[in-house]
Amino acid sequence: MTSPLLELKQISVSFEGFLALRDLNLVLNQGDLRAVIGPNGAGKTTFLDVITGKVAPTKGDVIFKEKSLIGQKEFCIARKGIGRKFQSPRIFENLSVQENLALAVSRPKTPLSLLMNSLKVKHLDQIQHLMSIVNLQSKANIRAGALSHGQKQWLEIAMLVGQDPDLLLVDEPVAGLTDEETDLTADLLKSLAGDHTVLVIDHDMEFIRRLDCPVSVLHQGHVLKEGSMSDIQKDPLVIEVYLGKSEEEE
Amino acid sequence: MSIFSTKKSWINLTIWVLLIALIIAAPSVLPVFRLNLLGRYLSLAIVALGVDLIWGFTGMLSLGQGIFFALGGYCAAMFLQLNSAGEFPNGIPEFFGLYGVEKLPFFWEPFKSSIFTIISIWLIPAIIAGLLGYLVFRNRIKGVYFSILTQAALLVFFNFFNGQQKLINGTNGLKTDVTQLFGQMVGSEIMQRWFFWISAVLVILAWFFARWIVRDRFGNILIGIRDDEARVRFTGYNPVIFKTIIFSIAGGLAGISGALYTVQSGIVSPQFMTVPFSIEMVIWVAVGGRGTLLGAILGAVLINYAKSLVSEALPASWMFIQGGLFILVVTALPEGVLGWIRKDGPKKLLFLLGINKKLETYPSLEVNEQGEVKS
Repeated sequence: MTSPLLELKQISVSFEGFLALRDLNLVLNQGDLRAVIGPNGAGKTTFLDVITGKVAPTKGDVIFKEKSLIGQKEFCIARKGIGRKFQSPRIFENLSVQENLALAVSRPKTPLSLLMNSLKVKHLDQIQHLMSIVNLQSKANIRAGALSHGQKQWLEIAMLVGQDPDLLLVDEPVAGLTDEETDLTADLLKSLAGDHTVLVIDHDMEFIRRLDCPVSVLHQGHVLKEGSMSDIQKDPLVIEVYLGKSEEEE
Repeated sequence: MSIFSTKKSWINLTIWVLLIALIIAAPSVLPVFRLNLLGRYLSLAIVALGVDLIWGFTGMLSLGQGIFFALGGYCAAMFLQLNSAGEFPNGIPEFFGLYGVEKLPFFWEPFKSSIFTIISIWLIPAIIAGLLGYLVFRNRIKGVYFSILTQAALLVFFNFFNGQQKLINGTNGLKTDVTQLFGQMVGSEIMQRWFFWISAVLVILAWFFARWIVRDRFGNILIGIRDDEARVRFTGYNPVIFKTIIFSIAGGLAGISGALYTVQSGIVSPQFMTVPFSIEMVIWVAVGGRGTLLGAILGAVLINYAKSLVSEALPASWMFIQGGLFILVVTALPEGVLGWIRKDGPKKLLFLLGINKKLETYPSLEVNEQGEVKS
């Protein structure tokens, strides 16, 4: 058996005594599509912060391609092949769509190369390809800040893919999207899995169901249950901590 | 987009034509006193270009550019002092005698060489800016903390230079106007005309250089750092290196600017490192237009010219006018004068004054008495 792409071992994160994550274990194999759900404050975003190097875990280890990521800088982790999409779309609003993508696909990412070399033809083609995936060709020269919310989300996903990562971490990609846009995003993420490993965090049950993939339920900083969406929905524990509660709130 | 950029390039072209016409006409039109002032302001435009690179593009508000400006000035002044020290006792600059110094301090030695001086004018400030910047950026000091830190560094340098009589004549500074260069007095009319031309050419070269830096992806990364540094990091770039490089470049430009300003004003002193002067540099850029480069040049030249004219007429009032101008720009023209022109500001102003008619971009709708649209 080949070794997993990403492995989180007994991760704990403590913020001044408050345990945001406790003894979290998770394994992702090459080409997996995995959804992570959990109520607010379950530690979903902290868990991405640990993988991408923004937060150092108090305990435990993160193994990516058989090497530990602990203590590495964010940009090094990004260069190793982990791309991250933030909860609210974070793109460079004052640059055009094309310029945003150009920064994502550029190699190598050193100052001298950016200053001296112009973008290679294969990268220009890649930008065109990325824009066609997310339907933004007609907006190539438009300031990214002028895009609609959904288009910004897609641009950020396209930038992520442009980094050519092995692992895509996608945090709430459908927050604030219309139903139609949500469906398109689900299809997009499904098409990316296989070539890439994709980990999606979201609240939206309909969206997760559409992804049709294994789900991990996070609760109070550790994995409560893993399984398919239908299994998860039948689990009494999960219903109690998450699904049941959210229905009551509605 | 294409319409926007052609309009932008038309405005730029117009301003350039005016600027170059001014530079070419000035030596024959202006008396040498005014010409010298213009030359000084053109040299200040170079430090303003650096401020625009680090603040307008990269979002780092440095209040310490005076350090690098003064360093460039000291490099030039030390060379000129040594160049004309032959007739003084011990063959060292005259002021050393006042403090009983008989031997030239070691760091003066290399400034006997003109080549070393020409390189050090930009390289020494650039290296110091790079070192200072690297330490600050590596520790992720940003925003207001960065500004405070640069200002504190400025005060450290000011106090150090102010107190070192035996090394660099302390608070009195180093005079350059009575020194010799190519057998001429630096303060003489012919030399001052030359310095005007050198300043004018260097401003234009500095603009091309700055333009070249920001023209493509390097400039886009700087804008990215300004708008969302975390995103830059997660895209796989190391912001520390980019910030260090641009801060170092701005330091080098400040050094060139300081050297040119020194030879045209006749003295370099710790006064170049006072807090208000470094803040003024930021004001020039803010008034001219952040992130426009050309705006930095316009701001530096126009504000300083206004300063000299106002100071001659109403000596005490300049500080009030400058403060008022800054407040006006921040509140009414947040993108500076050039940003305002580019965004159709003049047209909108004419409309507000009732001189121009507003274009009807939407078909007009019939409205009833309650202000509702009739169907």
